[in-house]
Formats: sequence, C-alpha cells, structure tokens
Amino acid sequence: MKRFVYADNAATTPVSREVIAEMTPVFESFWGNPSSLHAKGREAKAILDSARARIAKVFSCQPSEIYFTSCGSESDNWAIKGAARRLAKKGKTHIVTSAIEHPAVLNTCYALEKEGFTVSFIGVDEFGTVKMDELEAAVTDKTAIVAIMYANNEIGTIQPIEKIAEIAHAKGALMFTDAVQAVGNVDIDLSKLKVDMLALSGHKLHAPKGIGMLYIRKGVVIDNLVDGGGQESRKRAGTENLPYIVGLAKALEVAKEKLADIPELERKRDRLIEALTKLPYSKLNGHRTERLAGNVNVGFEFIEGESMLLWLDISGICCSTGSACSSASLEPSHVLLACGVPHEKAHGSVRLSISHETTDEDIDYIIETLPPIVEKLRNMIPLWEEVVKSGKV
Amino acid sequence: MQYSEKVMDHFMSPRNVGEIEDASGVGTVGNAKCGDIMKMYLKIDDNGIITDCKFKTFGCGAAIATSSMATELIKGHTVEEALKLTNSAVVEALDGLPPVKVHCSVLAEEAVKTAIADYYQKIGKPVDFEIEKSDHEE
Repeated sequence: MKRFVYADNAATTPVSREVIAEMTPVFESFWGNPSSLHAKGREAKAILDSARARIAKVFSCQPSEIYFTSCGSESDNWAIKGAARRLAKKGKTHIVTSAIEHPAVLNTCYALEKEGFTVSFIGVDEFGTVKMDELEAAVTDKTAIVAIMYANNEIGTIQPIEKIAEIAHAKGALMFTDAVQAVGNVDIDLSKLKVDMLALSGHKLHAPKGIGMLYIRKGVVIDNLVDGGGQESRKRAGTENLPYIVGLAKALEVAKEKLADIPELERKRDRLIEALTKLPYSKLNGHRTERLAGNVNVGFEFIEGESMLLWLDISGICCSTGSACSSASLEPSHVLLACGVPHEKAHGSVRLSISHETTDEDIDYIIETLPPIVEKLRNMIPLWEEVVKSGKV
Repeated sequence: MQYSEKVMDHFMSPRNVGEIEDASGVGTVGNAKCGDIMKMYLKIDDNGIITDCKFKTFGCGAAIATSSMATELIKGHTVEEALKLTNSAVVEALDGLPPVKVHCSVLAEEAVKTAIADYYQKIGKPVDFEIEKSDHEE
C-alpha cells in the first residue's frame, strides 16, 4: 500500500507541535519590541532573555555567548567573514576549511579570496573524514580561522572536531564549526568542546525556517556583519524575531531530550543501510559508524539519481540526490567528488535522511519500494545490456 | 523545478523502450560521466520510412521523456522528415522543459540524427547533414 514517507530531514524538518505551541502566545500576545522601554517591550525582553538562558543551558555555555541570526548561512558568513576581517588587521590572512563544506561556507571563502585572503581547502578520505595530516600541515601562525563542519549534510560523516580544534589552537587560529546538521544528533557541551564559534539553524530541528544562531565564545571578538541598532550586544543588529527565538529554544530543549533516542534512530538507519547496500552495484557513501544517526546515502551504479528521485516521489517517498541533473549547475555533488567517487557513480546517489518520527513501517516501505525502481531504471539503460551480457550480475 | 504533465507521463510510461536487433541504424550519444546516455534504434524500410524506433536511455526524467517523445515524433515518418526534427519541436511536444533541462532535448535530436547517419553509412549514402552536439559532449 502506498504511504507518504518524508525522508529528507537533512533538507528541512516539519515544525513540531510543541514548538508551535510555544511560539503561538508570542505571536498573539508578546509582540512587543524587546528594545522598547514600556511594558510591552519589557515583557518581550524578559521572554528574549529567558529563551537565551534556556539555550545556554542546553549547550552549557553563557547566555551572552549566544547570538541570534536569520539562518545557518548567515551564521556561517558572519563567523568566517567576521573573524577573517578582524584578524587580517593582525596579519592573519589565511583560512583553512574543507572541500566538503556547505556552500554557505565554501562561497564565503571564495568571496574572501577576492578580498585577498588565501584559503586552504583540505581534502577528505573516501569516507568523508578530513585528512588530519593535510590539515595539520596547512594551519600556520598566519591562519585566522579554521572552519570545519561538525557533520556533513550529504553523507553524514562526523568530523573529529575536538582534534581539529586542538590543531587550530596550537597555531593560535580560531576554530569555527558549522554544526547545522550535528545539533540534535550529537551531544554538544560547549563547556567541554573547545570551539570558538558554532553555527546552527532552527529548521533542521523542528523549529521554523528563518532562525539561526551563532555561538561566540567569551573573549572572541569578530567584526560585525549586520550593523545597526543595539540588539545582540551591538553585534548583530535587527529587531529580534522573538517568536522564532522562543521556538528555537523549545526545539533545542526537545532535541537535547531526544538524544536518548539516538540509538533507536541509528537502528532504523542501519536497517535501511543494510537492505539498500545488498542490492547489486550499490555502495554506502560516507562513514559507516562516524555518521549522523538519520543519514543514509547510497550510491547506485547504472542509475541516474534524478529519475530515481522522481519515481520515489511518485511512490510517496521524499528524498534527495547528488546527481548533477538535480542541480542547476549540472555538476554532481562536490562532496561525493571530494570523497573520490567518480562522476558516473556520483550521479546515482540517493540521500534518505530519517528522523525520530520515521517508523519501522516507513523503513519497510522504503525497503520494498526502492529495489523495483532500481531494476526498472536499469532495464531502461543502454549500458545495462553490456553489464548483464558480461555476466557481472 | 517542475516538469509538465506530459513530461511526467512520458517519464512514467515511456513509449518505445527497448532495442531493435536488426536495426537499420543505431545512434548512441552522451556519456555516463555527464549522467546522460541515449541509444536510438531505427528500422527503416525500402521507401525510407521509419517503421519502428526504439530507445534506451540512462539519464534524468527529462532525458527519458525527450527520448520517448522523439521516437513518437519520427515513427511512421520518412528519414527526411526525421532529419527535420529539432530539439525545440521535442520541447514543444512535451509542453516545455525547465531551462536547465533543454540540453536533454538537444541530446534526443542528436541521437535521432546519429542513428540516421549510421543508416546512411550502412547503405552507402553520404551523410549530408550536420549534427548539433549537446553540451554534454566532452
């Protein structure tokens, strides 16, 4: 029987009921401007302060270290541009990042190259883990900032962030991590994890789109990206998006509670990985164990990802692909290419990102639905005859 | 990105998928690296009429739909008529394609012409037409 299975949680998540419930009174009643001195403003300010304190508790950091932004991309831009421009005044004009970062980081680095900065894009191994020797060699006393994502959005590989931070700090560079995908999957305790900045986004964890956050460790000073009024300690201007900030606080609290259910999510993920990689000419992309709990990314040879995605969509399954045909650039996933996956195989990758809401019946449905689609598409391609004739199947 | 109903129809129920064993002409275009390969088979009778046409395609939804539509547009027509098939005629017949997918229709036109060129070579006729290459060729 046809079902609807949303398996694209790495793209975005539905806003949860508890988050909506928490935001609704802020829309309806507490609409004041937190900067206003009157009653409506003071009421809003109290809610803002409370949300910040709640988030600080989730991460074991200080409320004053939390800055609200509009999204993950803004946080990435601010952290890297702000740090680079500030530290350039001290002669630090070098940035270290990885080849598999999100476009918000990569394109920020390209923009800074145009401003005169030099950028080292560190490669990854076949599982998507940053090459530590290459990283260690790249970081020098000229390095302003090391920007490495906590976990990759496409293949789910989790990076050894603590070790990377040690390398950065040993040379006096700032350590920034884009944790947009990791938050909610990994327990992040900022009293222990020695990163200087960390970016996250609300809509990846059941808060709405349009709210992000940047953690900036006390004592770390970076240039502003948005100048204006005195909001966010004069560092990020703009009237606070109070309902979404409250929604983010709730979403982070819930995500922290649900860390206890991560083993259960991993069990469902592993069911999918095992079933899909049993199919002929299929291979798991990313790391087998150092992997986000909800991420499944499988490459199918002799399959073009977009046609697979369309059939899955017709069957009620929402997912995504690293195929060039799904992108405006007609280039396959830069992440898969960096992992050494050849072009022709990168086209056939499918990412299924499940959540705590995904049931075993949903997993069963994917496992039943996907193999006949693979067979149908392979039977339609010219190469397949040769593969069958050569007796490889 | 949204495909038209016609594109989805030809993607879900492609016409003329398969091979012709004793084809009069066969054309393969595109490459796996770019994610698109089309193989077009033509059966042409003594009067120069395409009596049968089949295809096999590795590619995205638009690649499959344009292959399917191209076979429908040339089947039962003469070789001369098939040579007049343009990529824009394929796009029009499919009620349009998203701009990034227009190259798929170029590939379909190229596949038909390459198959006809193969047929000309087989019957010893000079190939007196040019084949516009899609941007998928390296």
